[in-house]
Amino acid sequence: MIYDVIIIGGGVTGCCIARTLSKYDLNICLLEKETDIASGTSKANSGVIHAGYASPRDYIKRQLAIRGNKLYTQAAEELNFPFKRIGSFVVALEDNQIKQLEEERKKGIEDGIPGLEVILNKEKIKKMEPRLTDEVVGVLHAPTGGLASPYELTFALAENASMNGVKFFRNRRVVKITHQEYVFTVRTLAGEFKSRNIINAAGLYAAQISRMLGLDYFSITPRKGEYILFDRNAIQLNKILFPMPTKISKGILVCPTLHGNTFIGPNAQNIPDLEDISTTTSGLKEILEGAMKLVPSLPVRSSIRNFAGLRAVPEAYDFIIDNTDVYGFINVAGILSPGLTATFAIAEKVVEFLELLGEKLKVKEDYNPSRPKPERFKDFTKEELDKKIQEDPTWGRIICRCETIPEKEIIDAIHAPVGATTVDGVKFRCRPGMGRCQGGFCRPRVIEILSRELKKSYEEITKRGEDTNILIGKTKDFLLNQKREGSRGK
Amino acid sequence: MKKYEVDVVVIGGGSAGLAAAIVVKKADLNVLIIERDKELGGITLQCIHNGFGLHEFEEELTGPEYVQKFINEARDLNIPYLLDTMVIEFTPNKTVYAVNNKEGLIEINANAIILAMGCRERTRGAINIPGFRPSGIFTAGQAQRFVNIEGYLPGRTFVILGSGDIGMIMARRLTWEGCEVKAVVEIQPYVSGLIRNQVQCLEDYGIPLITGYTITKIHGKDRIKGVTISKVDHNFDRIIGSDKFFECDTLLLSVGLIPENELTRESGAEISQMGGPVVDNNLETTIDGVFACGNVLQVHDLVDLVTAEAKRAGLNATEYIKERYGKEIGKKLRIKCEAGENVNYIKPDLINKTDLLNDIIFTFRVKVPERRILIQIRDNKNKVIYKKKRRYVIPSEMIELKLNLNKLNIDSDSTNLVVEVIPRPEVLIEKD
Amino acid sequence: MSTINNEKNLPEGSKEIRCIVCPTGCLVHVENVNGELIIEGHSCKRGEEYAREEFVAPKRILTTTMRVENGFLPLIPVRSDKAIPKERLKETLKLIAKTKLKAPIKMGDILLEKVLGLEINIIASRDLIEVR
Repeated sequence: MIYDVIIIGGGVTGCCIARTLSKYDLNICLLEKETDIASGTSKANSGVIHAGYASPRDYIKRQLAIRGNKLYTQAAEELNFPFKRIGSFVVALEDNQIKQLEEERKKGIEDGIPGLEVILNKEKIKKMEPRLTDEVVGVLHAPTGGLASPYELTFALAENASMNGVKFFRNRRVVKITHQEYVFTVRTLAGEFKSRNIINAAGLYAAQISRMLGLDYFSITPRKGEYILFDRNAIQLNKILFPMPTKISKGILVCPTLHGNTFIGPNAQNIPDLEDISTTTSGLKEILEGAMKLVPSLPVRSSIRNFAGLRAVPEAYDFIIDNTDVYGFINVAGILSPGLTATFAIAEKVVEFLELLGEKLKVKEDYNPSRPKPERFKDFTKEELDKKIQEDPTWGRIICRCETIPEKEIIDAIHAPVGATTVDGVKFRCRPGMGRCQGGFCRPRVIEILSRELKKSYEEITKRGEDTNILIGKTKDFLLNQKREGSRGK
Repeated sequence: MKKYEVDVVVIGGGSAGLAAAIVVKKADLNVLIIERDKELGGITLQCIHNGFGLHEFEEELTGPEYVQKFINEARDLNIPYLLDTMVIEFTPNKTVYAVNNKEGLIEINANAIILAMGCRERTRGAINIPGFRPSGIFTAGQAQRFVNIEGYLPGRTFVILGSGDIGMIMARRLTWEGCEVKAVVEIQPYVSGLIRNQVQCLEDYGIPLITGYTITKIHGKDRIKGVTISKVDHNFDRIIGSDKFFECDTLLLSVGLIPENELTRESGAEISQMGGPVVDNNLETTIDGVFACGNVLQVHDLVDLVTAEAKRAGLNATEYIKERYGKEIGKKLRIKCEAGENVNYIKPDLINKTDLLNDIIFTFRVKVPERRILIQIRDNKNKVIYKKKRRYVIPSEMIELKLNLNKLNIDSDSTNLVVEVIPRPEVLIEKD
Repeated sequence: MSTINNEKNLPEGSKEIRCIVCPTGCLVHVENVNGELIIEGHSCKRGEEYAREEFVAPKRILTTTMRVENGFLPLIPVRSDKAIPKERLKETLKLIAKTKLKAPIKMGDILLEKVLGLEINIIASRDLIEVR
């Protein structure tokens, strides 16, 4: 079969494009190289939905971020992913920085960013965010700044796209693309796919994919950002806190998460390896020091996890979204910050580009824009809970005690469209193992449920796909398989 | 909604909960144990090694043998219990909400609650080891559960971080299952578990114990392939040039235990710095009629000590129900206990002045090992009311003192006490 | 160093033994000098006794698990009812690994009798019911 569109890359960009295009009468498939979607940049980033003032005016990312921010309100209603506009502060610690805040505000207001204000009243600032350092002299407050969970958004997009007919193929690393008579043949490590159009949303690998068709007009540098996550019992913040920005980065944030925890980071380090998501001693120290400037009372001993993510940084520091010289091949590359903010606006652009290619886009009659809210134990009243457990006893078996996740939510995550197949897949969809014990209690039980639901042995259950197995055999296996070396001395 | 009315509800059916419930039941009160696992016994069940019971039964038992005795006693006393049941909330007026997959939501109204939820393990994130996030990293207790209970092996070649008793015992356990343990790495300059375990779990099998080192990098993008360890200075900062690489397919973390107080915190009870609830000398938390015992209160080194503490909690809960007045008055006049020099924490946090005539059991741990020390207690006027010599103190040993403050002539208007462990003045050393 | 065979079957040479009797952890030096044991470095009687035994014939209680066919759990924890000579632990472990039991089992049940021809039994550490 020949698809109308193949999307390469199952990150938030690819899945958002898939979902946006699923509205139209098109045959679409999405190819993801990893065992799960949202495995790259979309898994480990700050989740901040920026107000949009931060990029210079001549960058397309500014315009798309401002538009994208606005699109979040409706998208969150339709897709039911965690999203909240809690507002952000850019924190000035010296008097001479106030001028810069004023300029950002003025330009932002002109470009249609609502509610931007510079606050100089320290008392007012501290009331809005009591944890902020006493050194603060002023802040740029952006009330439309917010938080979204980037991977939960990606899962929601994929589920909705899948409901509307998009085919998702995971474990499909693209190795070769050929183009003949307006048909692309995409060869992967597990089978071939054909299509009339390709949208390259391969994130860190976008330049490699583009080069498969001889398009080498850009390159992507991975830039590592490290983060530390803190226990929600140790610290809680109201606002997203940015330091004054530098030329290359927005700096180290101190930021709440939607689940009530706090994270700090990222730093910014260009690295050669597209898969190096290791954290480093120096990096963790750097972000701790940076974050302490904004929140000196940071509970250093209450960190529950550190992690790193890679951003796909193009030379020009701007998004590369265009119809290329190869007819039907659209690059959506270099989606660095504020890419998550811009994602819905980026998808709108892709629609425009497809129309420019002559695709007659017709809205499907049965298009359903809404993805039902996943049912959560925590959202039920006691009476509802009781009723739920009577209907389905798996609601009554709590698997993760830190986050109070019952078996039912895990089963749902496994059987959802584009559902979880690994321990990490379950963890990122419904949070067992995300809490302060980081899976100490629930991991054996998650393995048991995955094994039962997917009809695999315990040893076949992996953390996140091939080569990440967790258990390697049964107790006594090694003793039984050993040659009789021990009895020699008898 | 299923409802229960009982005198005492015990949250947690491990060693602490069982011992507490047995005491309550023997006092002819109604008690109910709530256990989240599929059988009673708790973590002691997975501690299949011996070394338990010397205090409680004067014989050396394995963990399962030790706890089986309590399970049998609870069964003989017909103590009711709910399995596979998770408490999701308890309120200050002592209503407990729990769920399981048979009865749905359960409401239990009690006159007293005993918290016996145990502790959990610190994880990699809590100690911020840099590097990749491959599979093959387990906490020692999690690996212990897989190997001893679930029947699965997490790996073949291991490095263990942390020389606490669980880490060392797992080193031997894995060796006995045909696995290879390359090293046990300890950040402190000294072994943190018992010497007995160092000898019988590591030295017996030639497993190197590397002290003063920590893991500074985790290698392997998919499954862990090895770790880099580095020597640390006294600030625990890595000393450049001291790196060593160990190949392994599994890393076990045995880097400490933390009392499991999510529920306690949400109930509004005050939590002390080390993670356990604030309790008075009756093991009562800052919520009236809610008691805490075992590892949910403080991490114990021996299950025997957990049992002793749990029995006290059971007894006090019983007394609370039978004669609840006097106590409320007592709670208004309290002495605060503070951890002083080289003391990590002290329990109880509070002493009721009405209880000054009774013996009070203090438990605490030191921060660093020291020889030839003096344990001393000062009141708020700096008067030393108690001192005791000891040859040796180590963080892995919980120190217990049973004192009658009245006999120690404590001032009746004292508001706080400081417990400290200080080097002995020269004069005293000779008498040792 | 010259060695003399002695009737008591004492091991030859010397050994540094870390005493485990109390947390002090004395390093005790034990040496076979012409059939007589010289023990030094201990600070109590129990320590001396421990070091002697550890030098002459070190033994350990073995605690492990055995496979169960129809149990509530796949394994049952077991132990040796007496300490086993250290050098024979490995054989015992292999022997235990080969055995598969049937539930129900009661704590104290003898699961393997007189292992390796010694007066040592392997016993169950807990009750284990049959799977329903």
